[in-house]
Amino acid sequence: MDRKVVIPGEIIAEGEDLLPGEHTEKIDGKVISLRYGLAEEQNSLVKVIPLSGVYSPRRGNVVIGKIENLTNNGWVVDIGSADSAFLSLMEVPRYVNKDAMEEVFKIDELLIAKIWSIGKRGIDLSIKSRGYGKIEEGMVFSVNSNKVPRIIGKEGSMINIIKEKTGCEIDVAQNGYVWITGPSIDDELYAKKAINFVTEKSFIHGLTDEVTKWFDENKK
Amino acid sequence: MDKVRTTFEVTGERIRRYLEEGKRFDGRTPFEFRDITIEKNVSKKAEGSVRVRIGKTEVIVGVKMGVSEPYSDSPTKGNLMVTAEMLPLSSPRFEIGPPKFEAIELGRVTDRGLRESGFIDLEKLCIIEGEKVWTVFVDVYSINDDGNLMDAATIGSIAALKLARLPKYDRKEKKVLFDELTEERIPLTEKVPVAISVHKIGPSLLIDPTREEEDLSECRVTISFNKGIISSLQKSESAALEIDEMKKIFEIAEKASEDVLKQIEKKIK
Repeated sequence: MDRKVVIPGEIIAEGEDLLPGEHTEKIDGKVISLRYGLAEEQNSLVKVIPLSGVYSPRRGNVVIGKIENLTNNGWVVDIGSADSAFLSLMEVPRYVNKDAMEEVFKIDELLIAKIWSIGKRGIDLSIKSRGYGKIEEGMVFSVNSNKVPRIIGKEGSMINIIKEKTGCEIDVAQNGYVWITGPSIDDELYAKKAINFVTEKSFIHGLTDEVTKWFDENKK
Repeated sequence: MDKVRTTFEVTGERIRRYLEEGKRFDGRTPFEFRDITIEKNVSKKAEGSVRVRIGKTEVIVGVKMGVSEPYSDSPTKGNLMVTAEMLPLSSPRFEIGPPKFEAIELGRVTDRGLRESGFIDLEKLCIIEGEKVWTVFVDVYSINDDGNLMDAATIGSIAALKLARLPKYDRKEKKVLFDELTEERIPLTEKVPVAISVHKIGPSLLIDPTREEEDLSECRVTISFNKGIISSLQKSESAALEIDEMKKIFEIAEKASEDVLKQIEKKIK
């Protein structure tokens, strides 16, 4: 199936029986793209896979954020989206002394969390499950959040190859932040290079094979 | 001065540790410059213009000539005006509105390097003594900020000035004919002021930082060198320097400025 590159406002397809999917709109029987990305038609459903743009949060997403501010009942967290998120005291799985909230999270510290709910009041985060919490050390950098699905691959196939080849522990958050911890800085940089390769080549087919080839060509 | 930093502290820790081993994230040594590319005459209307790329950092520098009255204390000298703008499109750290501290500093450091070195022979830019002189406008625009805009601006200004041609001046009508460029160049001297910024991160010194490294910089010293003579010097940020460190900075900057000058000359031929 072929995809084509579309820009906002471009007519993707025409026809009364077509359904507008994600990032599209139907006006006068024409399906119009709302984003810059790849248009896809599947069983009369037309959708666009965005190639750029800011991260739009969804419930259940795992995100990496930076503490922006402390309030009397939680922390304001910058997760790279239009609105800031909020981590409530109730969602921290330990006792927190309200007079010493800096002991848990200070301003500018990083944390990995899950989006627990999105409502009118804003985005609420939680760190109650295993694997969430403060990022103490490692390398954190950002990539285009639209490329995150490609970095992870089908059922984690891509990220597992990179983990295996570099020996690093890698967390890819949905908002485009990548956290790498490895045995040495060289290993971490090697993993970063591999991830950058994936984001650059994200549009080609059979990317997992390409990455395996890349690892053979670019040994440490 | 509050600075917006886009590099995370945990990543910063890694950069510092790696630097102590004498290594950098992009595989360079601390005193290695990134590749410089210079694209000539990118602007149609400017008398001389270049697009300079240092790695991913990109600036456009344009030179425009104008005729105006000289200042009363220098009736036989032309004028030089340098302005720098940090466009919001080049980095999430810059915003629209009046120029901030960083943009003003960028313009002034570039200006001082060009002025104090005597690179432009301002005496020769006099048309009628006390009445009409040429004014050289140098405009620096950042297109992409991946660190080290300071050095990119000076490299761009030097290249643009070297390429610029004077427009025709109608003495009778007292008008500049911008459409008719003459073959005449701006009178330049051999004193080329190549500015090199040396940054200090922890105990390590380095040149040509990327955005990540510049975020961590504790102190920056920008030195304009022309053939071993210092024509301007600017220290920014709060960290203090020891005398030995300062001596080392001079050595690094002098060596780097020679290399960069050779590169500029090769690229604008």
